[in-house]
Amino acid sequence: MGDNDNKEGFKGMANPGRYGIERVAYWLMRITGLGLLAYFIAHIYETSTILDGPSAWNAMLEMTQTTEGHIFLTLVIGMCVFHTANGIRLVFGHAGYGVGKPGRPDYPYPAKSLNMKGKACIYASIGIAALAMWYGIAVMFGV
Amino acid sequence: MEQKIHPKIKEYQEKQEESKVEVPKANLVTLKIKKYNPNKDSSSSYQNYQVPVEKWTTVLDALLDVKQNLDHSIGVRYSCRQAACGSCGMKINGKPKLACFTKISELDSTEITLEPMDNFPITRDLVVDFSRLFANHKKIMPYIMNNESEISNGTKEFLQDPKHVEEYIQFAGCIKCGLCNSACPTMAMDSSFVGPQALAQAYRYVADNRDKGKDNRLKVIDESHGIWRCHFAGSCSQVCPKGVDPAMGIQLLRGYLLGFRD
Repeated sequence: MGDNDNKEGFKGMANPGRYGIERVAYWLMRITGLGLLAYFIAHIYETSTILDGPSAWNAMLEMTQTTEGHIFLTLVIGMCVFHTANGIRLVFGHAGYGVGKPGRPDYPYPAKSLNMKGKACIYASIGIAALAMWYGIAVMFGV
Repeated sequence: MEQKIHPKIKEYQEKQEESKVEVPKANLVTLKIKKYNPNKDSSSSYQNYQVPVEKWTTVLDALLDVKQNLDHSIGVRYSCRQAACGSCGMKINGKPKLACFTKISELDSTEITLEPMDNFPITRDLVVDFSRLFANHKKIMPYIMNNESEISNGTKEFLQDPKHVEEYIQFAGCIKCGLCNSACPTMAMDSSFVGPQALAQAYRYVADNRDKGKDNRLKVIDESHGIWRCHFAGSCSQVCPKGVDPAMGIQLLRGYLLGFRD
């Protein structure tokens, strides 16, 4: 019986709102990862049009020079920068660095692994991604 | 079904009618309880119960009040009432918490939704089945593995200095309440994942300098549904009521597998 299995499923996995900024970072990391995978596939398709000759290649390039194309590329810049910056935080975290030192816990038991350094890195990753997107918009739209 | 009125609320109402005194509304809360019996029901439903509370009333106190006065049939598991046994974990207003360790007043709401913890099969109403949690816990061999047993004849007890105790003591506080597994986003998708509870316990024994079973344990967790499925979302540590911080244990444990620790 489905209800009895009681697995939270995709809805629970994708819900970023309940468990603090670390869960938001987890959600953004997954979304940007999938977005970059989609971009990678699209990019291979885009560059492969060169095999069909100069006119096909130029037509493809023209597509990226539209407003929609610029918005898409701005999103790619944001995804790429956030995924890289937060990825560096996670590489260190996964190796056991920056997650705090084990010790006797005291009430109200704040989790040392969810420390201010980690939170600052997440906010910085979001901030840097936003700045990079802003720069991208300025260059592509000439703001 | 006719909604029963709590005897204390009835008493308040009668007093109000007699003396025209306003009933203090802030002291009443509605518990919205998810009811489901997998052996009988085809789907779950919610039942509302209004109970009077004081500022020290815990969710478990309120639940037991409902059971005593309004509906005896509610399925709820509890034992110690002091966050030591790990029996009364449930989803309180959408987040996994211990009912005995959560005061109604700190929820800042007059309607409290109580549901069984996610990612565990439902036994009945708010009671979930811990078989998988215990099986995963058992899988990581949660005991000191050392051939020079301290209880055999002629051997001395294993001495440990405080520095070594500090390495694992916080992880030894796990009460196996399952809140971490319920909050974990990987558990939400993958029932075969070993889970933050078992992984934190694997670290507890690996970090214990009396233990010699590190290689065996690392072999158990270094598999496709093992430690590599953790993405450090930190929700397990966010909900842990005992300060075990499973996310820290998992990352430190991964350090052993990646060769950063020995």
